Amino acid sequence: MNRLAYLVVIGIALPAFAQDARKSGFDFMGPDTQAMQKDDLANPGMLSVLEGEALWKANAGTSQKSCASCHDDATQSIKGVAARYPAFDETTQAPLDLAGRIIQCRTERQGAPAPQREGRELLALTSYVAHQSRDLPIAPPKDARLASTRAQGAALYSTRMGQLNFSCAQCHDDNAGGHLGAAPIPQAHPTGYPLYRLEWQALGSLQRRFRNCLSGMRAEPIAAGSKEAIALELFLMERAAGIHLETPAVRP
Amino acid sequence: MWRVLGLLAVLVSFDATAQTPVPYRIENGAIAQPLTGVKGDPAKGRAIVVERQKGLCLLCHSGPFPEERFQGDLAPSLVGTGSRLSEGEIRLRMVDSTKVNEKTIMPPYYKTEGLERVAANYKGKTLLSAQEIEDVIAFLVSLKDDTQK
Repeated sequence: MNRLAYLVVIGIALPAFAQDARKSGFDFMGPDTQAMQKDDLANPGMLSVLEGEALWKANAGTSQKSCASCHDDATQSIKGVAARYPAFDETTQAPLDLAGRIIQCRTERQGAPAPQREGRELLALTSYVAHQSRDLPIAPPKDARLASTRAQGAALYSTRMGQLNFSCAQCHDDNAGGHLGAAPIPQAHPTGYPLYRLEWQALGSLQRRFRNCLSGMRAEPIAAGSKEAIALELFLMERAAGIHLETPAVRP
Repeated sequence: MWRVLGLLAVLVSFDATAQTPVPYRIENGAIAQPLTGVKGDPAKGRAIVVERQKGLCLLCHSGPFPEERFQGDLAPSLVGTGSRLSEGEIRLRMVDSTKVNEKTIMPPYYKTEGLERVAANYKGKTLLSAQEIEDVIAFLVSLKDDTQK
């Protein structure tokens, strides 16, 4: 009898929690991988975060200034920044992703050589910066100048592509939770980038993930840092608004 | 010199996946006519179906393949396909499943046009050759409900 009453209570209470069906890729992982992400001493992505912290504090380029020279204590000054990217860049009058902003700072303000997209230095700095927003909700800027690029990203997301002829949406909206062979299909919320992927045995960017998906579909990849990549990221961040960041996430 | 060119021409013409698909006719939700003159081989067809880099079938479908681990669950089981669908209906679904269901996630196995952003090394090539498709069809036709296990 008690048990029945309990079930009735659950039946009433559940719909209240079921309003947001969105889930991070974290929720699709096994308990071992989840534990690896949650423990900073076991999370291999933390090595990049630590490397990024050292880079943040080191003088670079002709300016002989460090990131910290201007931004001071990242745990305060950079908190929440990654949750708001991509953002509209006043200098180039175009949307810019977080890695692009770091490249801009490196070259224009520090007078240092441009760090390479996907390279170790840029991944480390990006993960250190994004790590400062861990546990904060994704909060895309309400900037009307981003709207058209975001719409391009939305269109790309639902365009059939490649020899296999399916769209991002067909897997990550219509079939999320299903299995492609052994692999569970997540909802494609970019909550933890840069992240450590066990399959890569490395930390990688969202744009690397795009390449992975597209090459699986036998489609032309989207170049890192390209307008298309930023458009898709803008759309995905808007779609994931409110979900908490996890950088550095661990994924299978 | 000409002999070498002639040999190359023969090689190219045998690489069926690099060719424009042969014309086919869709009638009553089926392609009744085989794509080639050589009868499909069900044993070869089964090998293509289970080979994940080639047929790709088990990424989405499960089927009567007890030796295969991790079969996908995004599409109907292949068990009993030959009882549910005619040979011609299976052929149409292999060639271009969007002709049956425009929202399908099943890749078109015999189509080179009307696709977007195809990677350079796959451009102009069909997923499987006409003969491979006939082999797969011969195998799927053999999957009757009473012989599934």
